[in-house]
Amino acid sequence: MIPFEYLEHTADIKFRAYGKSPEEMLANAASALFKAMVDPATIKALEAWKVELEAPNMEQLAYDWLCEMVFLFETESAVFATFAIKLQQNESGSWSLYGEIGGERIDLKRHAFENEVKAITLHEFQVKKNDMWCLQVVLDV
Amino acid sequence: MADINKIDDCIYEVPVGYRPGMRVPGRIFVSSALREMVEPGTVDQVANVATLPGIVKYSMAMPDAHWGYGFPIGGVAAFREDDGIISPGGVGFDINCGVRMLRSDLEAQSVQPHMDTLIDALFSAIPSGLGSTGRLHVTDRQLNEAFVAGSKWALEEGYGFEADLAHCEESGRMAGAETAQVSVKARKRGRPQLGTLGSGNHFLEIQRVEEIFDEAVAKQFGLFRGQITIMIHCGSRGAGHQICTDHLDVLSKAVRKYNIDIPDKQLACAPLSSPEAKNYFGGMVCAANYAWANRHIIAHWTREVFERYFPGSKLDLVYDVAHNVAKIEEHDVDGKRERLYVHRKGATRAFGPSRSEVPDAYRAVGQPVLIPGSMGTPSYVLCGNDRALKITFGSACHGAGRVMSRSHAIKMFNGKNVKAALNKEGIVVKATSPSMLAEEAPQVYKPSGDVVDVVHNLRIATKVAKLVPLGVSKG
Repeated sequence: MIPFEYLEHTADIKFRAYGKSPEEMLANAASALFKAMVDPATIKALEAWKVELEAPNMEQLAYDWLCEMVFLFETESAVFATFAIKLQQNESGSWSLYGEIGGERIDLKRHAFENEVKAITLHEFQVKKNDMWCLQVVLDV
Repeated sequence: MADINKIDDCIYEVPVGYRPGMRVPGRIFVSSALREMVEPGTVDQVANVATLPGIVKYSMAMPDAHWGYGFPIGGVAAFREDDGIISPGGVGFDINCGVRMLRSDLEAQSVQPHMDTLIDALFSAIPSGLGSTGRLHVTDRQLNEAFVAGSKWALEEGYGFEADLAHCEESGRMAGAETAQVSVKARKRGRPQLGTLGSGNHFLEIQRVEEIFDEAVAKQFGLFRGQITIMIHCGSRGAGHQICTDHLDVLSKAVRKYNIDIPDKQLACAPLSSPEAKNYFGGMVCAANYAWANRHIIAHWTREVFERYFPGSKLDLVYDVAHNVAKIEEHDVDGKRERLYVHRKGATRAFGPSRSEVPDAYRAVGQPVLIPGSMGTPSYVLCGNDRALKITFGSACHGAGRVMSRSHAIKMFNGKNVKAALNKEGIVVKATSPSMLAEEAPQVYKPSGDVVDVVHNLRIATKVAKLVPLGVSKG
């Protein structure tokens, strides 16, 4: 299984992230998001941030998760490389997410950005579960 | 482009039935050469917009149109107030991304020898690039005032001149701001970024007026051949992106609540009479005003730099236009005056002399329409024409329009080479992230001249001046 793949899109960046579990899919999607901006080999997990989210369904959770990544990237001025995610599905079907993400503050001398992701679009946004989980996203850059 | 009918020179129709649910036809304004560059995805998006409730006349795409999300980039659509909708997908994330143009009283030959120094000074004076935060440290109260009063707030804080307001779309302050619709997250992103250029295709450029197409109008706009002009291209930064994100979420739920069938989730919308629509509009106006305050402050710092190197020089505002916004406007629809919500996403308002929204200084001719080129290619100043009201609800193109994806551009070009190629043409470029220059290489855009010619030939807006870049400060 490849963790994610980028697809052709003229103005923006489109990718699909995969996972054997929804946790893995969400972690891979976050990796794809940051790789679209900067070489992940240059990101060290020096600091940890916590993320807690709740959403009525997986599609909403995936959207909120990626929006949170953009928010933290911008307000913490940091890039992330490790994503440890715990999910819990409640009786109503809603999801709770506890995430610990590792990364470091942006240092433009080491982090050569090719793009800046500014938002997560809902265009063609999709979560699918067949043999494995798949999340498709178009990023606004 | 299958199933698209040419109905006139530079006008192609996407017929009702191209996709199910279309309420009106689509109109794509392109020359036969540019038609080849229109991706099928763009046509689909024009058709998607045509399915939205209350759409009037046509779903339109300007000649620079390209595949986006929700509306195509270069998309224009108007919705009736009584049964129409508002959609953040028709505005974009960077609410009021736009262009501000200053004219100097300096001739290029006196400025060009100092271009390196000048660009260096502008680059340090105006924070730009990824994660750039401001020289400004505004309080929550000041931020609120910027959301409500835009450029007027900035003027009261001591930036710019009174005359700047008169030479700005909406006088730099759009009515209807609702600060309650700006989330804590949007404030957190927006507060440190006021007075910053940002990254991506945003820039500050020093230009030379290379050609005048219309002497009389150029005189009205204060432009002459060989003149130094400045173009500032940026928007509402993280504040606008977060306001859009927050309301997109609310409107996604509204779609279900009001039973609206949308072909693309990014076209999330709500009936104009609903609280969800009113709340989005109030938040969007806050972002629009933030963007005007942002460009107003950046223009002020630009003037300070010029004053340092060219004491006594004057930089007057020609005009400031929004490229991404939804506005309430009155238009004639089949002989009846109607209030419409006109969405322009990657499109410029292009009002002619008959409209009261055009500033007094330009009422005799029409508003300046500012079309930035891509980095290294010419920009154009056009003049709004009343004919645009009949064809496009008074709208024109906003730039060159991409033809190559960012990922493809990064594979094809290298940021450093792009910079070297521009230097070779005598264009000074300074960028925070040179690696990001690749995706903005001139070759990834359609030729700006071709795009502008379509608008000119349709008499939507007519050419006044061509500007060439001399120096660029980028994020």
